[in-house]
Amino acid sequence: MHLEKARSYSDLRERLSRRDRGLSEKVMSLEDASALITDGQSVGIGGSMMSRTPMAMIWQLIRSGRKNLVCSRSITTSEGDLLLGSGLSNHIITSWFSQGIMWGISKVMRMHVESGQARYDEWSHLAIGMRFRAGAMGVPFMPMRPMLGSDVLASRPEARVINCPFTSENILLVPALNPDVAIIHVHSCDPYGNARIEGLQFMDIDLAMAADKVILTTERIISNDQIRRAPDQTKIPFFCVDGVVEVPFGSAPHECYGVYEPMMNHLDSYVRKVNSDPIGGMKSYLDEHIYAPRSWNDYLNLIGLEEVLGAAHRGRSND
Amino acid sequence: MTKLAEFTTNEHLAILSARELRNGQVVFAGIGIPLLAAALAQRAHCPNLTILFEGGTIGALVEPGRLPPSTNDQRGAKRSNMVLGSSEVLLLLQRGYVDIGFMGGAQIDKYGNLNSSLINGTGNKSAIRLPGSGGGNDIASLTNLMVTMKHEKRRFVEHVDFVTSPGWLRGRSTRHESGLQSGGAFRVVTELAVFGFDEHSREMKVIALNPGVSPSQVQENTGFELLFDSDLPITQLPTGTELRILRELDPDGVLTS
Repeated sequence: MHLEKARSYSDLRERLSRRDRGLSEKVMSLEDASALITDGQSVGIGGSMMSRTPMAMIWQLIRSGRKNLVCSRSITTSEGDLLLGSGLSNHIITSWFSQGIMWGISKVMRMHVESGQARYDEWSHLAIGMRFRAGAMGVPFMPMRPMLGSDVLASRPEARVINCPFTSENILLVPALNPDVAIIHVHSCDPYGNARIEGLQFMDIDLAMAADKVILTTERIISNDQIRRAPDQTKIPFFCVDGVVEVPFGSAPHECYGVYEPMMNHLDSYVRKVNSDPIGGMKSYLDEHIYAPRSWNDYLNLIGLEEVLGAAHRGRSND
Repeated sequence: MTKLAEFTTNEHLAILSARELRNGQVVFAGIGIPLLAAALAQRAHCPNLTILFEGGTIGALVEPGRLPPSTNDQRGAKRSNMVLGSSEVLLLLQRGYVDIGFMGGAQIDKYGNLNSSLINGTGNKSAIRLPGSGGGNDIASLTNLMVTMKHEKRRFVEHVDFVTSPGWLRGRSTRHESGLQSGGAFRVVTELAVFGFDEHSREMKVIALNPGVSPSQVQENTGFELLFDSDLPITQLPTGTELRILRELDPDGVLTS
């Protein structure tokens, strides 16, 4: 097993210095955004579990035929199936990988990982967070206490146990994770990339700061005036954003806090399809739902108006 | 008086483990029965119980009929006291703000180590890849851990195939020696019995039996030799109040059927 290669600080600084950090407009289409990612790159995926998954971006990357990405995410669910099943990724770095809590073990994940076609590097949840944080801080590692003594640590030679120089206790060092590209779905942002995230932020702010390049998909684009009226609401600053794509319901069939809940009927039927036949079922889902639709709105059409609006009703209700 | 047939195994697990929680505690609850049990405790005997979820939720208030489908989504976060980033909420465990970590288990051994990663080991053709740690390893590494799970011989094994979430590792002081200075497995709740861990050897020990269950029945369903407390109280059957609150929380039996 080859180890992830540590990035040098000079390389990180060099890449950042070449980025356009001016206050410039970055609005583009999903297709244009997918061209910012090349085969084999490492891609950090925002959100967690079934929440704020940048599903439209993943959908487009599969359609654009990207291959062999190394994908990292806090917790991986049905989008992970699609990453492996389409060949978009063959290496997932995460803390948990199944379709979601309700459906048990993912047969798609099992088939790809058990056969050795794909690699699943398991870290603890905090370890993924500390790896993005080290990446965001521009330091090579973060210290932490979990994972010591476990087989999660034994199977991760990239992590190191040291004797703390201050306290003489054992402490774990986890290496920085600086993805080539981060893809993150947000509630709103201006054309420059000043982004608002409502509710649960997960690891997205560290991920945005850590990556060499950031693509945002957003439920809606708002004006820079609106951003300036409430700057405390801005969670990701424009100068670390390279592409902005407006995609309403861009996390479907997953959820977006306060906007829509997960679309469970669609997810149920997806899971039935792929778990009963991880190869044929996946192929038919990809053909019908990823390749066939002419647009993201067409994909939402396949999920169905009733389900999309029902999810929106539940997501917006606060009673 | 409630009769045995009047509740499901999952309802029994939720009620028994809810009783282990105390008012004023801070509990970090995983999805499934732990979430439900914490919500039950909050509505029954622990109004000041603070529930934390992995997604970044502090002080969750689970509403009847609106159980979250995971601990990383908006249903678990709305009406809480605060939402944080995922790393921040886990760092609260590391700092020591949390009394009890509470999760389910797929496979457990006599030292309370849990496996949710791999059955039949690395590189084996018959290996089964399970979902993995999630926050499980972090919770087990940093808190006093309570586990609730169904009691089956294949799930209660001498040694887990893979230590995902550390209990007492190989017993005695091995957990501490590995660098895990705090916490450790302290309760396991099943439909047969309630378990603690011997304070020296750190082996699993029966501390209470559920009604109608004999010590030999517990041993027969366990893949390692159990310790038994000399005095074994019998747990109280679920009360009508506990069952009513539980069924209000989960009217469709999503987690309890």
